[in-house]
Amino acid sequence: MNGGCCAPPTSKTVPCCGGGSLPMTVIRYEDSYVDGQVETPAGPVPRVHSRIESRDLLGRWKVRWGIGRDRYRVRPGLYALGAPDGNAPVLVTANYKLTFDIVRSVGAGLDAWILVLDTRGINVWCAAGEGTFGTEEVIRRVAEARLSQVVVHRRLILPQLGAPGVAAHEVRKACGFSVVYGPVRARDIRSFLEAGMTASPAMRRVVFPTMDRLVLTPVEITGSLRPAGWAAVGLFLLAGVGPGVFSLGAAWERGFTAVAALAAGILAGAVVTPVLLPWLPGRAFSVKGGLSGVVLAACAVLWQRGSLHTPAALALLLAMTAVSSFVAMNFTGATPFTSPSGVEKEMRRALPVQAGMTVLAGLLWVGGAFLR
Amino acid sequence: MDGFRYLDGVATLRLADAACIGCGRCEEVCPHGIFAVAEGKARILDRDACMECGACAMNCPTKAISVTPGVGCAAAIMNGWLSGSKPSCGCGG
Repeated sequence: MNGGCCAPPTSKTVPCCGGGSLPMTVIRYEDSYVDGQVETPAGPVPRVHSRIESRDLLGRWKVRWGIGRDRYRVRPGLYALGAPDGNAPVLVTANYKLTFDIVRSVGAGLDAWILVLDTRGINVWCAAGEGTFGTEEVIRRVAEARLSQVVVHRRLILPQLGAPGVAAHEVRKACGFSVVYGPVRARDIRSFLEAGMTASPAMRRVVFPTMDRLVLTPVEITGSLRPAGWAAVGLFLLAGVGPGVFSLGAAWERGFTAVAALAAGILAGAVVTPVLLPWLPGRAFSVKGGLSGVVLAACAVLWQRGSLHTPAALALLLAMTAVSSFVAMNFTGATPFTSPSGVEKEMRRALPVQAGMTVLAGLLWVGGAFLR
Repeated sequence: MDGFRYLDGVATLRLADAACIGCGRCEEVCPHGIFAVAEGKARILDRDACMECGACAMNCPTKAISVTPGVGCAAAIMNGWLSGSKPSCGCGG
């Protein structure tokens, strides 16, 4: 059978057979990764090359720092890699340019079709969680690309991390294509194909090596810049409060110390904690973050012990621990092993403690100014 | 997952034994290897390793698996509390 390609058309699916003219595919050569086209019974398909160029690297760097990540997209649709024919495998991926670049670069030398879903520029896993890398989108793109005319087999290879958004049995029912879940990491695609589309247990597991944690930290920092900016303004104002009601000199001098402590707290939570994650004791991220914060704060206080009064030193210790703990807790969203139920439980316990420590730090800080 | 574990006793993952047909999809899609199929039935090996991504439940053809999937990021949960809606966050990493 050629599958249930003629599923009843709805507003969300596009009928792919039963009349209609061939789609007018316009090959866009301004996309730097397109270098030709491949003729298919369903019309011409843009061909992509597997080279990663300097502009791709620049784009990747910008995305890691959170610059224009929502616009880092590939046009959804079908692409050819190498010289695929009707028997070539179909790799399904997201239209996040970073992901697309990885797929086409690891596919160097392969002849394959790449079906790019519209995930609004979001990576496979997040998009699967949000449902944009989802059953309906797969069905829609298969129909729109007239995939049943392009390939003779009826098989799609989806990234395993797309599984939270896609019901394989629904896809098969609606468009006749069966779903095979490929490896977690794109770099295993070749071994997966060579092994006759079977993934070893290692290919099926997520891991979280130091480098993976490190590349996620710049975005953690840029994400905290705005609230940190407002907090810095508040700290400068607070630092000026003292026996003479408000002193601009004190605001500058003490404010600088307070803002440095804030920056150190953010660094401890957003960089030190993620990198040292497996070695920091405790399960809760707030505990791990609090520990990195308190150690860093203790070093800072010891270093500055000549110029710090006891209340101010205590305030810095408390504040840096609280900030680091709070920022580290947010890293749960970037990890592949924390559950929403767990994060919620952790937050219900940690937030009151973090808030209490912050209030106490503020009281000690302001109170300390009156004791000088 | 070597070196990483999160809180115990919180995962909402459940498997209804009677409905399971042992197709093995859950074993295939789980990124933490929580399921194993033996003698025609799936089994949960390590519930506490579940990150509630929902892949197993989504791909179970007989709806034998249930889990409450969601976004595991603190900012999203806080947004959800403040706005009284479902936790959501824009992530792209």
